[in-house]
Amino acid sequence: MNVDSIMNGIVIDHITAGLAFRLYNLLDLDKLDCPVAIIKNVNSRKMGKKDIIKIDSEIPINFDVVGFVDPNATINVIKDGVLVDKHSIGMPQKLTNVIKCKNPRCITSVEQEIEHVFVLTDKQEKVYRCLYCETKADI
Amino acid sequence: MKSLIDIIDLTPQEIDQMIETACDIIDNPKKYSEKCKGKKLATLFFEPSTRTRLSFEAAMYELGGNVIGFSEANSSSAAKGESVADTAKTISCYADIIAMRHPKEGAPFVASKNASIPVINAGDGGHNHPTQTLADLLTIYREKGGFNNLTIGFCGDLKFGRTVHSLINAMARYSGIKVVLISPEELKVPSYVKKNVLKANDIPYIQTTNLEEVMPQLDVLYMTRVQRERFFNEEDYLRLKDSYILDLPKLANAKEDLCIMHPLPRVNEISVAVDDDPRACYFKQVLNGKYMRMALILKLLEEAEK
Repeated sequence: MNVDSIMNGIVIDHITAGLAFRLYNLLDLDKLDCPVAIIKNVNSRKMGKKDIIKIDSEIPINFDVVGFVDPNATINVIKDGVLVDKHSIGMPQKLTNVIKCKNPRCITSVEQEIEHVFVLTDKQEKVYRCLYCETKADI
Repeated sequence: MKSLIDIIDLTPQEIDQMIETACDIIDNPKKYSEKCKGKKLATLFFEPSTRTRLSFEAAMYELGGNVIGFSEANSSSAAKGESVADTAKTISCYADIIAMRHPKEGAPFVASKNASIPVINAGDGGHNHPTQTLADLLTIYREKGGFNNLTIGFCGDLKFGRTVHSLINAMARYSGIKVVLISPEELKVPSYVKKNVLKANDIPYIQTTNLEEVMPQLDVLYMTRVQRERFFNEEDYLRLKDSYILDLPKLANAKEDLCIMHPLPRVNEISVAVDDDPRACYFKQVLNGKYMRMALILKLLEEAEK
């Protein structure tokens, strides 16, 4: 299957197979009007299978979201058809307004103005907890 | 601005200093009777709590200060939809320190980020209740002479019991501690408490459903109530509420200097007959709570003035 190379834009590569849609949703890529391609289950020597997202526009990407969904993903910036920047992400220490706390007893469930903040509490197990009530985030 | 939201906001050294202050208050109450003259404590209780609110109020009065506040959300501007942040900013204009109880977890933390005066978490849902832990620590200190090398049993609702999690957190910082967790299967300590606190601090612990079997090992027995308000399902509550009832026959094999604690209120988990046993310390705990709240108010007001 061929998907055209992009001239100016972003390629999110090395996404663990199956996570591209979650990343697409959390990055709000559905709101873009430029071409966006999700390529699933691409053969990869390193990973076996991987997902790729190609965005045909130089939009700002929230690195924290990418790192939260898949810390092994890489973000490649393409300009005039050339790779000009490559970022490895890792897990962010803090996530602000990316996911919401599901604890109905949390103060964020009733006060709309409060930022939803999650803090990385266990890097090994990839556990994020709500800053306010310490409820574990659903990854 | 220094506030107290979680017991781990205080270092063991700060807790030691506060215990020292509390003991000095007990020995020399007159010395402290005007320490907070001209100061106001705002008790913002968005849900009812007789004991904690009165303890804070008594603490402030005994320090020579005054108290303003409300004891339920309906009599506050929260009933009109005011945010916790706005309430905290407003009260900062009237008082010198806030004690806040709120049914929503994290509300006192939000208040502390918006107030210009210290905020004390007086209980936020099933989350934290650090001043109860301070009361517990002073009780253990006064009954056992210190914190090291103790075997502490926690019994009852160890899943939703915020006082249990806080006390485990606080005790984990002392040496030679052993923990015995006694609960029905459904109310076991959450795995993150075991992993992040007990295992992370190399604290030996055992889990059991049998209280009598472990009784002889214990230096401290911390009983808890199965709390109706923490259950979404009434059936589960009714099934589990009578899991453990401490009575005199169960204490037959206990150490002579066992310290029996309970954050209160109790329903039926400690038989009234146990009250006269010299090992019953739960009403001393209530008194100790007032002294530690006095020590805490003094500490936070002093730091706010700096």
